[in-house]
Amino acid sequence: MLNKIISLMAECLEREPETIQASDLFRKYDEWDSLAYLSVIAQIDDDFGIVVPIEDFKACRTIQDLASYVDKHKA
Amino acid sequence: MPYIKFSNVGITAIAGAVPKREIDNRHYTHFMSEKEVETVISMTGIARRRFSDADTCSSDLAIAAAKRMIEKTQIDLTEIDLLLFVSQTPDYRTPPTSMMIADKLGLGKSVGAFDINLGCSGFVYGLQTAFLFANQPGIKKVLLLNGETKSKAYSSKDKATSLLFGDGAAATLVEKIANLNPTVMSMNSNGAGYHYIIMPGGGYRKPSSAATLVEKEFPDGSIRTDEHGSMDGEAVFNFTITDVPKDIKATVAEAGIDWDDVRYFVPHQANRFITNHIAKKFKVPADKILYSMDKYGNTSSVSIPLTIAECLPEGIISDKTLTVMTGFGVGLSWGTVTTDLHGARNCGICEL
Repeated sequence: MLNKIISLMAECLEREPETIQASDLFRKYDEWDSLAYLSVIAQIDDDFGIVVPIEDFKACRTIQDLASYVDKHKA
Repeated sequence: MPYIKFSNVGITAIAGAVPKREIDNRHYTHFMSEKEVETVISMTGIARRRFSDADTCSSDLAIAAAKRMIEKTQIDLTEIDLLLFVSQTPDYRTPPTSMMIADKLGLGKSVGAFDINLGCSGFVYGLQTAFLFANQPGIKKVLLLNGETKSKAYSSKDKATSLLFGDGAAATLVEKIANLNPTVMSMNSNGAGYHYIIMPGGGYRKPSSAATLVEKEFPDGSIRTDEHGSMDGEAVFNFTITDVPKDIKATVAEAGIDWDDVRYFVPHQANRFITNHIAKKFKVPADKILYSMDKYGNTSSVSIPLTIAECLPEGIISDKTLTVMTGFGVGLSWGTVTTDLHGARNCGICEL
């Protein structure tokens, strides 16, 4: 799941996957903005069949947090 | 609420009206960088919009749309028994606008008229109201008007909204008609999200004052007053990709139709990213989805009929005409309509 979330993030943010680490606070990326948020939420919905509620997404701080959340809640 | 169904009422004409003045989003604001503007345009698909001038109200646009429809259809005005006006940018806080429009159209004193205060779900809600009245044995025709001048409601310095909204109006005629595929309609609401799209000042909770007109800066750098509209884009986005697809799926299932039978899917023109995402969920082929947001932006409740008027050829709509429409927005409120446009006249769009 971690690798899937890294490649999903890489695609949505147009970053090289190698620049994304499990412990990264993804909101610190230069590319992170409200439109990146929309892309990530939509892509998670497409790939895993869940729309992450806003409060739950806020609680995810690192790439690993997000991967763990999606792994636990995926359809 | 339960689905509303009709087998003997339909849309028989649609016309649109937009202001002449075109806004090119690439040259609209210096408040955002060129890169920010390009990102928004590529995401939303909104490149141009129409803005009305200071003297033109939603009612003027709605009257223009209605007159175009009346001219093209040559309908007998005495047959219009009810006029509905859906808008969040009325001429006055009071009186309602619908009565003035009815008078200016020469509909006489026996016509019923009232306003409906709704935004982006307003066509779907208004259409259900129109169908319910038109289904009455004594009522001949219902004129549904949607009109908005949202350009006047949002701050040009708000990064979340300044490039989205455009002005326009649409007229939709509803009456009894035989031999159509049945119409199925849904309505939903969630007032817990009332603050996701809100103009906080200028009502009676926070009356208009010098304070409500002071510009304030927000964490994203946007600047607006309490009398500007504001939108929590992330919350609205989550709502549109969670609740709206569920409603579309359930309504289409209730109607007993298959997406293969649907000729047109007309989503509210919120932004292309959202509508593409929704369409993708149902595997709706691109050639069935109607779009006009590239030209007119998000015109709130006007967007569905304006898009039909823009995308379909002028004249009588025939052949495969089964249509799914979905509206969603302020309230929160949302709904879906499956209906048949067979025999309806597309009267096109005029400029004012």
